[in-house]
Amino acid sequence: MSLALFIEQLLNGVQFGLMLFLMSAGLTLVFGVMGLINLAHGSLYMIGAFFCAAAAAATGSFWLGLVAGLAAAAAAGAIIEITVIRRLYDRDHLDQVLATFALILILSEGVRMIFGPFPLYLNVPDSLRGTIDLGITQYSLYRLTLIGFGIAVAVGLWLLIARTRLGIRIRAGENDREMIAALGVNIRVLYTVVFALGAALAGLAGALVGAIQSVQVGMGEPVLILAFVVIVIGGIGSIKGAMVGALMVGVIDTMGRFLLPRFFATFLEPSQAMGVGAALASMLIYVLMALVLVLRPKGLFPAHA
Amino acid sequence: MREMRREHMLNVLLAVALFAVPLWAYFASEPFVITLATRVAILAMAGVGLNLALGLGGMVSFGHAVFFGLGGYCAGVLAHHAFSGTPVLMGLPGTNQMLVIWLVAMLTSGLLALVIGALSLRTSGIFFIMITLAFAQMFFYFALSWPAYGGEDGLPIFVRNQFPGLNTMRPWELFVVAYGLLMLVLALFAVIRASRFGAALMAIRQNPDRAAAVGISPFGVKLVAFVISGMITGMAGAMMADLTRFVSPAMMAWQMSGELIVIIILGGTGRLFGPVAGAAILVGFEVIFGGMTEHWKFWLGLVLLAVVLFARGGFVGLLAGRDRHG
Amino acid sequence: MKMKATLVSGLVALSFGASAAQADTVTIGMITTLSGGGAGLGVDVRDGFQLALEQAGNADIRLVVEDDAQRPETAVQIAERMIQSERADILTGIIWSNLAMAVVPSVVAQDIFYISPNAGPSPLAGANCHPNYFNAAWQNDTLHEAAGQTANEQGYTNTFIMAPNYPAGTDALNGFKRYYQGELAGELFTQVGQTDYAAEIAQIRASGADSVFIFLPGGMGISFVRQYEQSGVDLPIISAGFSFDQDVLPAMGSAALGVINTGQWSPDLNNDTNIAFVADFQEAYGRLPSIYASQGFDTANLILSALNTAEVSDQDAFRDALRAAEFDSVRGSFAFASNHHPIHRIYVREVVEVDGALTNRIIGTAFEDDYRDIHGENCSM
Repeated sequence: MSLALFIEQLLNGVQFGLMLFLMSAGLTLVFGVMGLINLAHGSLYMIGAFFCAAAAAATGSFWLGLVAGLAAAAAAGAIIEITVIRRLYDRDHLDQVLATFALILILSEGVRMIFGPFPLYLNVPDSLRGTIDLGITQYSLYRLTLIGFGIAVAVGLWLLIARTRLGIRIRAGENDREMIAALGVNIRVLYTVVFALGAALAGLAGALVGAIQSVQVGMGEPVLILAFVVIVIGGIGSIKGAMVGALMVGVIDTMGRFLLPRFFATFLEPSQAMGVGAALASMLIYVLMALVLVLRPKGLFPAHA
Repeated sequence: MREMRREHMLNVLLAVALFAVPLWAYFASEPFVITLATRVAILAMAGVGLNLALGLGGMVSFGHAVFFGLGGYCAGVLAHHAFSGTPVLMGLPGTNQMLVIWLVAMLTSGLLALVIGALSLRTSGIFFIMITLAFAQMFFYFALSWPAYGGEDGLPIFVRNQFPGLNTMRPWELFVVAYGLLMLVLALFAVIRASRFGAALMAIRQNPDRAAAVGISPFGVKLVAFVISGMITGMAGAMMADLTRFVSPAMMAWQMSGELIVIIILGGTGRLFGPVAGAAILVGFEVIFGGMTEHWKFWLGLVLLAVVLFARGGFVGLLAGRDRHG
Repeated sequence: MKMKATLVSGLVALSFGASAAQADTVTIGMITTLSGGGAGLGVDVRDGFQLALEQAGNADIRLVVEDDAQRPETAVQIAERMIQSERADILTGIIWSNLAMAVVPSVVAQDIFYISPNAGPSPLAGANCHPNYFNAAWQNDTLHEAAGQTANEQGYTNTFIMAPNYPAGTDALNGFKRYYQGELAGELFTQVGQTDYAAEIAQIRASGADSVFIFLPGGMGISFVRQYEQSGVDLPIISAGFSFDQDVLPAMGSAALGVINTGQWSPDLNNDTNIAFVADFQEAYGRLPSIYASQGFDTANLILSALNTAEVSDQDAFRDALRAAEFDSVRGSFAFASNHHPIHRIYVREVVEVDGALTNRIIGTAFEDDYRDIHGENCSM
């Protein structure tokens, strides 16, 4: 195994992790501020991808599509918050799980009614096609851009929360909900804004990833479950935890799929090693999650320590 | 008190209806209705299992499909080896006897529930929901990629397993088995709920600190309840495998876990006959609307949402009053 | 008691919307995937099938379609309903092998005919073949074997092969290797439903391969091809047709151009039946037909041809009529082998752009008209 291959895989893991971060950040933010567990977060990812693909096809510009996807997801988020989610804040987690499970059914079928059963076309913008020479290895320019996007959003989110008035309110909301209401903050609006922000991040991830994946109904659910793994590992409610968890999951999953079959091939026959390796690789991050929870039941960075 | 009597009457009504409808279908030569009733009975059984953990113990397991699937695989694997005459493990033969299969399904599911429960019950709230989901996903992916028993293709059971004195290939006789088993499981649920153990379980759900203060170990009680819950759901899985004559990893998928929760909520959380009502509603909805529109899941979602938002007691709660005993 | 039963069944007939069929009507039950990620395939099979029925204009045929949501247990339940309450004589429609394995053995054992428009798992072609089971599409291995053969003809000697880690994936790799004579640069299993292939593409890049064989149906193929195009690895891709057909090509875009794939059918096949089929399908549904639509169309025409010569109630005669396969297949020459799977020609196709739309064009032949699958050897019929 060459160093170039190893580094390329590492980059792949980081890129995957950063996209997971975009998904997880919204999820963990919503949980941290409103105490809500939202299974329909994956549907917002799907909405972002579908509207991006439709708008890009109509206008011919990927970037306009990206804006449309982001806006559609944010708008869908706001509408869902106002009509449904709002009623769930003081319910128990069971009701939240069930109501948002119902939302998955509604949104998936709804998107299929609008866009039809076939996958949509969405491609990488011309300016980001092809590869770039990193010295030791060739790497996809678009994937490199995704890494850039991931880092930029992470920095932006940090600035938003640390430096702006909205951020102060979000942090206050995480610590004491009654308190900020007493301070005269319109908590309803704040919640809608936070939910729409989370939805926009999911929509952004969906649109960005949609360009190199299949834009189809149900695309959000595997990512949703991974995002849950991420925030549980990181500590639910913690943005920092989401970042660490996402990078861990991204790198470990990628490296597991790459290295485990090779590892088993050192003492098993090739076809058997491939099967066993692939089977174990697919379980790896769940094992990781179970391990973290057993050792630190509230995740690596407990938000309300 | 009046509400309890109303719920009791409703329970009797549900039990009679679940028997009377297929009986009528039997004389009317509508075997498909019998098959549907069998399906309701089995899903209800799986729901009763979860209801024990979720309804009485407040443990929101989002991974109960793993027990359902494991039970199913017990039936599938044992039948597969009985059919081919090969040993399962270390010379042990397969079997096509339902009674043996149920026992194996309960033992393995119970064992798995012991391990999962012991690890998961260290957490609570949303972490518990997520870790049970993670364990189920782990086994789901394992079943998906392990080629020995068909992987994603699943494992067919060519001839239904046997029950002494009955021909299980006949829909009616299989229904009788499932119905009898459901009644047994419901009785068990009622006994547990009325026992000191059940009281402790419910006390822990309502106030773990106070329960601990009077000397109840929340962890131990919850773990026992979780194990029994897993065993019941596992046995239901074995029955389901026999009904469909097929097992596949889909039985362990997270959507299945979601469906089990849906069954309980639709019927009424913690209610004795809640899962029966819930399973009947779900199956009925699927059959009626599935035939009318390919977008039936959209409407199912709306109904579910309405139930969660506006009818929190579920079906039984709607008809028998909101107050929940225990 | 008997009178009561009659009375009750009268009520049932009323309450079930009088589903009891008239004596002469033939009921065909179609169980297919119309929702979820794999819905495109089921929609195409259904539309192709319905087109053939409409063209035949046979009023004695009743078609009942229901969505299996790609779930085996749902498919089993629908099959029971179709047999028990719709009184279906013939079932068809299933897309996926795992669903077919769940449904077909018990259906054919109940003296119902099953005609497969898509899935052809090897047990049903071999040891578990059945007089009432016919496959109008292909045996699962067929197109992969043809891909292996094509790799030889293209002069590839060091191919990297890859498929999802499930039985159809294993069959695909084995099918390819059965005919491929070169070396393997690498062999990989991916996860079912996997969406990111960066790790696999990196290994392809490092392997020194001269070509890549993939079996990644549906969304998996779309994701792979898009990411492959962006990776800078430009080794030729070879695949079975169902990963590169009209259901996914529009979503793949230019990334799929030039991919060589194998199929028993192609939209540009030059025979009268096919020319008419492609035109009619486009007119009826406003899109190009896929290989799945062609299979749905063939399946319906096969059934229609048999109904023309025999009553479905006379099972032996109907079976013989099916076996004769006297219909005009869109793929040209078509006959059944003893295991009720097709003997047909397999073409080599290339993805090209015609009038701004991606489609396939025939560039050669992998197997001649007499191709049949190897599993028939294990079938006792």
